[in-house]
Amino acid sequence: MPIDWIALVVFILLFAAITILGFVAVHWRRGDLALLHEWGLAGGRFGTVITWFLLGGDLYTAYTFIAVPALMFGAGAIAFFAVPYTVMVYPFVFVVFPRLWSVARRNGYITASDFVRGRYGSRWLALAIAVTGIVATMPYIALQLVGIQVVIAGLGVQGVGWVSDLPLVIAFVILAAFTYTSGLRAPAAIAIVKDTLIWITVIAAVIVVPIQLGGYDKIFAAIPAAKLLLPPPTSTTLIPYSGYWTLALGSALALFLYPHAMTGVLSASSRGAISRNAALLPAYSFLLALIALLGFMALAAGVDKAPQFADFAKAYPRNFAVPALFIAMFPSWFVGVAFAAIAIGALVPAAIMSIAAANLWTRNIYREFINPTCTPAQESQMAKWVSLIVKFGALVFIVFIPLPYAINLQLLGGILIIQTLPSVVIGLYTRWFHPLALVFGWLIATSAGTWMFFAVTPPGPTYPLAIFGWTLPCYTALSTLVLNFAVAIVLTPIFSVMGAQRGHDETQVEHYV
Amino acid sequence: MRGNGSRQSGSRLWYLLLIIPYVAMIWVSSYNKAEPSWAGIPFFYWYQLVWIWIGSGVILLVHVFVNRGNR
Repeated sequence: MPIDWIALVVFILLFAAITILGFVAVHWRRGDLALLHEWGLAGGRFGTVITWFLLGGDLYTAYTFIAVPALMFGAGAIAFFAVPYTVMVYPFVFVVFPRLWSVARRNGYITASDFVRGRYGSRWLALAIAVTGIVATMPYIALQLVGIQVVIAGLGVQGVGWVSDLPLVIAFVILAAFTYTSGLRAPAAIAIVKDTLIWITVIAAVIVVPIQLGGYDKIFAAIPAAKLLLPPPTSTTLIPYSGYWTLALGSALALFLYPHAMTGVLSASSRGAISRNAALLPAYSFLLALIALLGFMALAAGVDKAPQFADFAKAYPRNFAVPALFIAMFPSWFVGVAFAAIAIGALVPAAIMSIAAANLWTRNIYREFINPTCTPAQESQMAKWVSLIVKFGALVFIVFIPLPYAINLQLLGGILIIQTLPSVVIGLYTRWFHPLALVFGWLIATSAGTWMFFAVTPPGPTYPLAIFGWTLPCYTALSTLVLNFAVAIVLTPIFSVMGAQRGHDETQVEHYV
Repeated sequence: MRGNGSRQSGSRLWYLLLIIPYVAMIWVSSYNKAEPSWAGIPFFYWYQLVWIWIGSGVILLVHVFVNRGNR
């Protein structure tokens, strides 16, 4: 594709504007950035509205906005699991996370691992939680770059060899610089601009595209029957559609355990801001559902058959669909706006994820195991450096490692992160579980989940369980979570009888409410 | 929600309402169909879209009820 200059100029202008915003954000609700909770949680000063923008920009990532419609485009109805997924997230968040916010605020916790350390008095269980968080987050950061890559290619910018990666490198250097200087304030400020751009883009798309394609009935009429609905259950299926709803339920339980979600929650200024956001964030779910439908619109518009997109489709199979739809349907200036929304949309979660990983490393590994006597200033400085290293790692990852591997690792990340649920979520209610039993549950479930992921061909998150001649396709995150609980429940009384030591609980009942 | 008496004035039973969205979404057989379609959108799609708003509404309702008399 030739370079679309108008779109490119609009894109660069918007990108430059948010770069400035990212650096200026350091002055926003000014705090002492030599303290980790100021750099990494913006001092916990965000009210309901800022938290809404921040979590919206954080959880509904650029990669989500590219990948979900791409899956609709390629695989059809199954991709719509993203909708029941987001329906099932928020009741869970509403019940559980205000408690976590309260206990964290009371005791100065900045990560989930901090809470587990304080609650169970077990540094090894806390280490397991911290390592899981970092490992699950890394490929997720890398995938945000895919969003940037796809839109840059869509603008017609291409090069040979290392030059082809140059725009991505520039975007990432900018991201790294403002995260380093401004901490969480930068993605929070940018999220407001980015979300506004995304809302405008998507609302325009769901109005303009159907008009051009002749209405929603025409769009759905163009979808092959096999993609329109889920395949009906066969006679050996134990529970109908288990592949669909376990994917949704497992993802829902996993989402807020991710370190970047935790960072968003803990940066809120009040417990009520979390409860209210559980009711308000579904607005973004609606946006995501509309974006998912763009995948079908791309199919109906025939972008896969259009000769001008042949190279684009070859370079980014499936992921090219929505950007190509925009190019086909909108004037150049609006293509620039839409693509900037996606690229900026990648920076927000990438920044928050790298901050969250840096918080985990610094607080729960560096200060706990390497340098327990570090000063608050050293701690904050360490986190800033680690945020740079994490982002550089993600960049190397995406430039040198084939995309399918990155996607697989991100899917595996969901299976890993959910294994922290027994320690973190159940820990908010009871200390019945023995910390060692939780470590074993985590270890066995993590190993089993990784094995099951690679045991299917091609590697994937759904493993068909065979039970007495019936099959039960089940999202591995959910089946291994059950295994995790089973191990912890069986081992807890055993460790207690053996008299294995339990750590000290520094939290009090009234800290949770 | 432990705590002072005023907090408990809204019954914790309201929390049970939060189970409804889970039942609705896990019961896939109830919505994996094309008809009745709405404005050209098959049932499968618009039904789940509507549940985003019902889910949000249920949370809002519970939030209001459990905090009733709290301020």
